[in-house]
Amino acid sequence: MTDFLLELRSEEIPARMQAGARADLERLFREQMKAAGVEHGAITVWSTPRRLALIAKAMPQQTEAVSEEAKGPPEGAPDQAIDGFCKKNGVTRDQLEVRDVKGRATYFAVKNIPGRDVKDVLAEAIPAIVRAFPWPKSMRWGEASISTESLRWVRPLSGIVAILGEELVGCEVGGVASGYATLGHRFHHSGEITIGGADDYAEKLRACHVIVDHEERQDMVRAQAQDAASAAGLELVADEGLVIENAGLTEWPVPLLGRFDESYLDVPPEVIQLTARTNQKYFVCNDANGALANAFVCTANIAAEDPAVIVDGNRKVLAARLSDARFFWEVDQKTTLAEHAKKLERITFHEKLGTVADKVQRVAKLARWLAEEGVVPGADADMTEMAALLCKADLVTEMVGEFPELQGLMGGYYARAEGLPDAVSDAIRDHYKPVGQGDDVPTAPVTVGVSLADKLDTLRSFFAIDEKPTGSKDPFALRRAALAVIRLVTANNLRMAVADGDLLDFFADRLKVQQKEAGVRHDLIDAVFALGGEDDLVRLLARVKALQSFMDSEDGSNLLAGYKRAANILKKEGYEGTDRIARTGEEDPLALVDDPDVGSIVAERGKSVSYDREPAEQALVDALAQAEPAANAAIAGEDFGAAMAALATLRAPIDAFFDDVTVNDADPAKRSARLALLANFVAAVHKVADFSRIEG
Amino acid sequence: MILALHDFWSAKGCLILQPYDMRMGAGTFHPATTLRALGPEPWNAAFVQPCRRPTDGRYGENPNRLQHYYQYQVILKPSPPQIQEWYLDSLRTIGIDPLKHDIRFVEDDWESPTLGAWGLGWEVWCDGMEVTQFTYFQQMGGFDCKPVAGELTYGLERLAMYIQGVDNVYDLAFNTQGVSYGDVFLENERQMSTWNFEVADTDALFDLFRKASAECKLCLEKGLPIPAYEQAIEASHIFNLLQARGVISVQERASYMAQVRDLARGSCEAYMAKYSDQWAAAYPEWAA
Repeated sequence: MTDFLLELRSEEIPARMQAGARADLERLFREQMKAAGVEHGAITVWSTPRRLALIAKAMPQQTEAVSEEAKGPPEGAPDQAIDGFCKKNGVTRDQLEVRDVKGRATYFAVKNIPGRDVKDVLAEAIPAIVRAFPWPKSMRWGEASISTESLRWVRPLSGIVAILGEELVGCEVGGVASGYATLGHRFHHSGEITIGGADDYAEKLRACHVIVDHEERQDMVRAQAQDAASAAGLELVADEGLVIENAGLTEWPVPLLGRFDESYLDVPPEVIQLTARTNQKYFVCNDANGALANAFVCTANIAAEDPAVIVDGNRKVLAARLSDARFFWEVDQKTTLAEHAKKLERITFHEKLGTVADKVQRVAKLARWLAEEGVVPGADADMTEMAALLCKADLVTEMVGEFPELQGLMGGYYARAEGLPDAVSDAIRDHYKPVGQGDDVPTAPVTVGVSLADKLDTLRSFFAIDEKPTGSKDPFALRRAALAVIRLVTANNLRMAVADGDLLDFFADRLKVQQKEAGVRHDLIDAVFALGGEDDLVRLLARVKALQSFMDSEDGSNLLAGYKRAANILKKEGYEGTDRIARTGEEDPLALVDDPDVGSIVAERGKSVSYDREPAEQALVDALAQAEPAANAAIAGEDFGAAMAALATLRAPIDAFFDDVTVNDADPAKRSARLALLANFVAAVHKVADFSRIEG
Repeated sequence: MILALHDFWSAKGCLILQPYDMRMGAGTFHPATTLRALGPEPWNAAFVQPCRRPTDGRYGENPNRLQHYYQYQVILKPSPPQIQEWYLDSLRTIGIDPLKHDIRFVEDDWESPTLGAWGLGWEVWCDGMEVTQFTYFQQMGGFDCKPVAGELTYGLERLAMYIQGVDNVYDLAFNTQGVSYGDVFLENERQMSTWNFEVADTDALFDLFRKASAECKLCLEKGLPIPAYEQAIEASHIFNLLQARGVISVQERASYMAQVRDLARGSCEAYMAKYSDQWAAAYPEWAA
C-alpha cells in the first residue's frame, strides 16, 4: 500500500474558485478510482493560488484480477446462436467451456480480466480528470489555441506532479507532461523543487515558502491579522470571507497593519469598510470604543525585509479609494434627495410596470394609507409618505452607483445630512429590511410602513402582470419579498388583509415554509390553512400557535384520537356530512339547509330523539351544546387558547361515548342519530382546525 | 521607464509601435491590438497609448485618478508560456523588486461590451495598487481568438508613482530639472474635467455620434475595415463623453453600447472576411 500525490499547477487560480475546485478534484478522483475498481484510503485536497493538490492514502499497486463468466446456449444449439454468443462476449468458439446445468451440457464464456498496475490506471485517470474539470470559467491559451478544441483550464495549466509511492505516474495532457518537479514561492524561491512523494510534499514546499494547506493559511491570516490589530491597541473586525479570500490569494500570507489619514473618518464607516473590503481585500479595525479606527490590515504574499514599504504602498491605494469615496459623499450632498428622486423617472423598474419613479408614487400612496388606516400603529402619515417618496432616491447617487450594496444606507445618511426627521432618515435607511433570514425586522412605525408598502407593491405589481415565481425561477425575488412581509406583519402584529387570490396562496406557501423552518409542525399549519379564506396572518399564526400547544397536551392528543375514531366511523358508514362540512369552511355549515345531506344533520340535531339516549350519549350531546358555542365565541374573540380549552371539555365525553355506546345499533333511528352526533362532534372540532390533517 | 520597457520587449521580439492618433478609452482599442488579435498570424508588439476616460476625471483632485493618462501595451500572439515570467522581469527592469513590493495576480476577467470582446486574466497588484491588466483574449469582435493573445496593459503613471515613491500623481518628476507631472497635466485635468462633465455641447456630441456611426457603415459597405474601425473608436469615445455629461439614461445606455458594439463587430467581421482565405491557406489548422 502506497500513497499517491497529484499536483496540478497553474497560473493564479481565482481565490473564489478554489473551494469548488478542491471539491471537484476529490470527486473526480473518486469517480475515476471507483470506475477502475481501485480501493483507496483517506483523501486530502489542498489549494493555493498556483496549485491544486490531492493526496490519496493506501493505494494498491495493482487492481484485483476479475473473472467474469456468462452462461450461453446449450450444446447442440444452432450455430447461429452459439456464434452470436461468442461475438457478444468477445471470445472464440474454442475458448468456450462446457458445464453441466441441471443435466444439460451448456456453453460458458469465461473472461479473466487481469489486475492492472494502478500506476497505469492513474496515468489514464489524470488526463481524464483534467479534461472533465468543471471550472466556472475556463480559457484556452498558447500555440495550441489556434484550435478551439485545445485544452481548457481556469488559467494556463503549467505543471503536473504525479507520484505513486516513489514512482512517477507518467502522463500528459494539453502538452503538459507529469514529473517530479514543482515550483516553490513565486518570489522567495527560484528554480525547481524535486518532490519525493506524498510524504515530503507539504514540507518541501514549506521550505520553499509555500504553505500548501489552505486551512493552515486561513489560520495564519485570521490569527496574525488579529495580532496585528491587538498590537496597535485595536480590535479587528472579524470577516471570515476576507480570511478565506486572502488565504486564496497567497502562498505565504503575511498580514500587516497600516493607518490611513484620520480625516477620511468623516466618510460613513460602512463606506470605508466596504471600500477597504471590496476593492482592496483589507480588514478594518475598531478602536477601544467600538468605533471604526483609521487602520487597515492588508495581507502580503511575501516576507519582505522592510514590510513598511508594502504597508505604505497599500496606504496610498486606500487613500486614493477613500478620496474617491469622499468625492462621491460630497458631490451627492450638493443635491437634495428630492432632486435626486426626480432622476428616477429615467430608470425603468419593469417594462410593464413603468419607471422607478412610478413605483415610488405607488409605494408612497400605499404607505400613507397604511399609516392613515392605523394598520401600522403610531406611523405618522406625512412622515411615512415623505420617507416613501425619498426611499429610492439614493439609487441615482454617485456613491450607490459605485457601491450598490449601500442602497438605503446612503439615502439614510443623506436624509440626515439634509436635516430630515430621524424617523424619515431611519425609514429610508432601513426600508429594504428584512433582507435575509437573519436580518433584523424593522419596528419603527414609519420604517415598517415604508418597508411593507414597498414589498406589497412589488408583489401586487408583479402578480398583476402575471410574473410569478415558477420552480427555481424567481427573477424579481418575490419569495423574499413575501417572506419579508410575513416577518414585518407578524413581528409587528399588523392586522390587515395582506392579499387575496393567487397572491394569498403564494403567501400561504411562503408562510408554511417559514413556519416549518421555525420548527412549527407542518401538519398543524396545514390543519389551520385547510380552513381556508384567512388573509390575516397574525390571526392565522395565533391559531397555529394555540393548536400546537394544545396538541402537545394530553387533552389534545386524546381528543385527536377521539376525532380520528369518529371520522373513521363516519367514513366507514359512508356518512357524507363530514366531508362537506370540512370542505365548505363556512362559519356555520348547518345553515346550508338547502343541501339535502346537511338538512338531515339539522334534523338530527334537535334535542329530542325518538328514543331514550344512553347516559354517555346524552353526556356528549350536553358537552357539545356547551363546548361548541364556547369555542365559537372564543374564535370570534380571537382567543384561540380558550377555543382549544372548550374543545378539551369534549375529550372525556367522547371517550365515554365510544366506551359505552354502540353507534351501529340495529335500530336505524339510533344509528342515524348517533352518526349525526359524531358528525356534530367532528364539525365542532373543525371550527378550530381541520384535525384530519393532523398526524399522530 | 518607457525606454526601458521598449528595450525589454523589443528584446523579446516585439515590434515597437507608436501611439494611435485617436482619442480612445484604452490601449486595447489600438488597431494593433484589436484587429491584430484576430487571425492566426503571430503578432508581437509594444507601444504607449494615451487614454481618455471622461468619467474618471476628478478636476485634478484625486491623487491617482485621471481622465487622461498613459498605458503601455504589449500584445503577444500566441501567448507564450513564459509570459508571466517575462512580465515580472519587465517590472524588475523598471525598478520594481518583487521581494520588496508585494506583487499579486488577482482575478479580473476582462470584458469590453463595446468591442464584443472578453478574456480571462488578472489585475496585477503592486502593494495593493492595480498596476497592470493582464488578459488572455478569448474573443474579439465576437470571434474566437485562434490562437489566444496575451495582453499586458501597464498603468504608467501608477508604476512611476511606485518607482519614485510619491503619493500623488501630480508630484511625479517629469524630468530631473524639477518639472512635475502636475506642471504638465494638472491644468489639463481641471479644464478637461470641466469640459467633460459640464460644458461639452451635447447636441453636437449626439450629432458626432450619428456621423461616426454613418461613416463606419459607409466604410463597411466599401470593404474598408480599418477606416470603419476608426469610426467605431470615435463613436465609442463620443459615447463616453455623453455618459460623462450624464445625458444618457439607463435604458438608452444599453442601446448606445449595442450600437458601438455593432460598429466594432462589423469592422472585425469585415477584417476577418478580407483575410480569411489567405489565413486559411497558410494555417489549415486555423480554418479547421
